[in-house]
Amino acid sequence: MKMRQLLLALTFATTGTLAVTGLGLGLVIGQTTAAKAEGIRSGYSYATKETQGLQDDDMSNPGYLWVDTGEDLWSKAEGDAGKSCNDCHGDAAESMKKAGVSYPKYKDDIGKLQNIEQRINQCRTDNMKAKAWKWESSQLLGMTTYVRNQSRGLPVSVAVDGPAAPFFAKGEAFFNQRRGLLDMACKHCHEDNAGNKIRANVLSEGQINGFPVYRLKWGKVGSTHRRFRGCNKQVRAKPFKNGSDEYVNLELYVAWRGRGLGVETPAVRN
Amino acid sequence: MASARLKVPKKAKKGDIITVKSLIKHKMETGQRKGKDGKPIPRMIIKKVSATYNGVEVFSADWAPAVSANPFLSFKVRATESGTIELKWTDDNGKVVSQSAKITVQ
Repeated sequence: MKMRQLLLALTFATTGTLAVTGLGLGLVIGQTTAAKAEGIRSGYSYATKETQGLQDDDMSNPGYLWVDTGEDLWSKAEGDAGKSCNDCHGDAAESMKKAGVSYPKYKDDIGKLQNIEQRINQCRTDNMKAKAWKWESSQLLGMTTYVRNQSRGLPVSVAVDGPAAPFFAKGEAFFNQRRGLLDMACKHCHEDNAGNKIRANVLSEGQINGFPVYRLKWGKVGSTHRRFRGCNKQVRAKPFKNGSDEYVNLELYVAWRGRGLGVETPAVRN
Repeated sequence: MASARLKVPKKAKKGDIITVKSLIKHKMETGQRKGKDGKPIPRMIIKKVSATYNGVEVFSADWAPAVSANPFLSFKVRATESGTIELKWTDDNGKVVSQSAKITVQ
């Protein structure tokens, strides 16, 4: 911290204007971001050829069954307000195009981060006056998959500065924190050993650009938080609840790790 | 709720061999697994799939418990005339899901 202040002061002293200092800092940040985006690999590149094939053809990708579910629900009026998603948001291909790349996002009204699932449920309870969908229900999974599918191919770009910064820091701390009986942190597998084998499986970088993802093991689509829970259980740690603050913060950090990767929802993984 | 997908080429020349692709949402419970209470989970699979081309059956299959969940099925058929290709999936409960698609043959 002291070093940075000194650096700032130095730059300020030499250039003499605040505007130039800001520009210089921006450039530095931009460069590091680009360098990181080149080195990272989507989980797709770790999958077997057969699994990749399933994802490549939209007709054979079973995740699209959930996209269809979401598409049906999009224009279905529910709740006391008698509104559907379509009544406010119109064509999802236009209105939801940016949603898939920018969540989790900081929301002023709740004073913390919110991910797509929570945003959908907030819309349902506040605007549609309908009951919130249960986590991992086919409706919530369907809608999340449908919404995120609209951003397919666009690079993930979440905001981690400003009001989101403290939550991002918490997410990063979670990622690096040892936990469970095996005393392992997320980073031990997904940063230090990505590409190596854990028993018969190849460890990926743990990128979430394809979520909600169709997992062959699950035989259905599942959310990011279901995956987090699974990982936590594997290191014999007590998993947090779906939609808990801990997991939403972690989701932001993990999304940021994969910034620049194209959204692949619904991806197919083993 | 759309729980099945069917894709047929929109146009084809007479005599061409076309590929029909389909996907259906189904848990395909094998009947071999046990639940948390230790009791076997009853079998619940799609036991029959059949395809008709303008009412004439062109393809059918009896499925067994080894078929995966949310099964994908693709087969080839010769395009003879314009019309509808319809697929029907029948499961152990007798529930039938059908999906149809139109094809124009020139």
